[in-house]
Amino acid sequence: MHNTQYLIIGNGAAGATAAETIRRHDSDGEITILTAEPYPMYSRPGLAYVLINEIPAKQIFCRTLAWYENLRLNLTLGRATQLDVVNRLVWLADGRSLPYDRLLIATGARATPPPYPGHDLQGVVYLDTFDGTNELIERSKRARRAVVVGGGITALEMSEGLAHRGVETHYFLRRDRLWSRVFTDEEARLLEKVMCAHHVHIHYNTEVSEIIGDRRGRVREVKLKDGSTFKCDLLGVAIGVKPLIDLVQNTPIQTDRAILVNEFLESSVPGVYAAGDCAQVYDRWTQQHMVDILWPSAVAEGAAAGLNMVGKRHAYVKGSPFNACLLFGLHITTMGQINPGRDDEVVKVVQHISRGSSEVWYTHPRTYRSAWAGDGENTLRLVINGDFLVGAILIGEQRLADPLRYLIEQQVDIRHLRADLEAGGETLKQSLLRFWQHIEPVSAAV
Amino acid sequence: MSAMLLIRKLLTGAPQQPVQTLELGRVVADASRCVQCGVCGYNCPVGIPVRDYARQGLPVDNPACIACGNCVAVCPRGTLRWETAAHTLVAERFAQQMGSREPARED
Repeated sequence: MHNTQYLIIGNGAAGATAAETIRRHDSDGEITILTAEPYPMYSRPGLAYVLINEIPAKQIFCRTLAWYENLRLNLTLGRATQLDVVNRLVWLADGRSLPYDRLLIATGARATPPPYPGHDLQGVVYLDTFDGTNELIERSKRARRAVVVGGGITALEMSEGLAHRGVETHYFLRRDRLWSRVFTDEEARLLEKVMCAHHVHIHYNTEVSEIIGDRRGRVREVKLKDGSTFKCDLLGVAIGVKPLIDLVQNTPIQTDRAILVNEFLESSVPGVYAAGDCAQVYDRWTQQHMVDILWPSAVAEGAAAGLNMVGKRHAYVKGSPFNACLLFGLHITTMGQINPGRDDEVVKVVQHISRGSSEVWYTHPRTYRSAWAGDGENTLRLVINGDFLVGAILIGEQRLADPLRYLIEQQVDIRHLRADLEAGGETLKQSLLRFWQHIEPVSAAV
Repeated sequence: MSAMLLIRKLLTGAPQQPVQTLELGRVVADASRCVQCGVCGYNCPVGIPVRDYARQGLPVDNPACIACGNCVAVCPRGTLRWETAAHTLVAERFAQQMGSREPARED
């Protein structure tokens, strides 16, 4: 009997974690990681910190080539173009083919290009790959004026980075509220204040309809929906991401917005698994298959996929989606379901999900109530469903992040706290702190 | 004391002061928050690869650690936390009483 051949397409959080997990349980298996980018694994969320100049580019490589060697992982450069699930073969763009016994598709997602003319001009930039980020940084050195479009974290990070690099930065928003799928008006105003202090010019209700280039094919200006034009030499685009699932087109593998997988991360074709940004995984919070574009989700899914691929049946339980980020010096933590609740905002297409977010955040609350505490510098909003907390968002002060995460993930019955929480303000905060000290005997005993 | 000042004092043989420390303790990590960006290690004055600890959810029990608290302060994701020695002791005793020194692993 030959050693099991594992093929992993994708060298990101999901792919590398799966490879490591497989090696831990199968010392003889042949593990191949196919990557389309000529680098060892790097931190995609870290790209924002490279752009903001917090760290040098080389710092985001989080595995060395020695790591691959030590674990005997064959890191292969190439682009998978065709999948033959009958003969269990993956064909590459250069004509090679790779056989497999177990296949993991962990191709991730890429930034969606703008849907209007001119998106192929030089100066249309994205923050989704190492090469793309380097191009963005190079171009920012010569750029005088940049426009950033997109409604999520990535667009905000991009405008922060460009402003820090001394480019006159204009942030265009289709709606009248920052990060409108997540923030309420109060939360948005808090961020608006710090963005203005960082010299980002915010333009509400402004939508690009066309990118116009000069004779040499570089961005010269953008045309807006109202007919006017706006001069700029850089257009940062972060309007959402698209799972890379071209490989499974024309195969029996079922897809929706991404590759549909069961709780064992297995697709509709036995032996073929998917994890990370390109997988749509069953979620207990919404009881639907959901796409998460979050690094920790990709790591957890990769680990679970690895276990199932070596034959250890392991049901993956999706945690409540959680993300902490730092925008313009402001700490923002989002967890669970936090839709601010506008009737016109329902998830329809995956294009709207951006890097660093989860579809679960935007799902429509039904009979949920919310509680609020804010003091101008910091805000805290809870989403309550009956006797349970289902979501929370904290801006600024993060002291309550851990207790809230515990309450949400462990589905703690908060009946006796509810009146305090719904009272909001200081009562809410004090009540949570007292509760945390009570359930954490460790810290209370010190 | 800045690292430069410390080095100069070591080289010139100037009377040494003890390196300032926050308090006795260690840096601990919440692996589920870490995105491996490496901002922590880049800001570590003694070059500890903090993210490798964070990835595995291990405390930064590196003998070179000078407990300056830089990594905790710069982490954009709130992954790292300072845990005092007293806290560690109580946590271990608590875990012992509960009958599990190690948290149960899924795999």
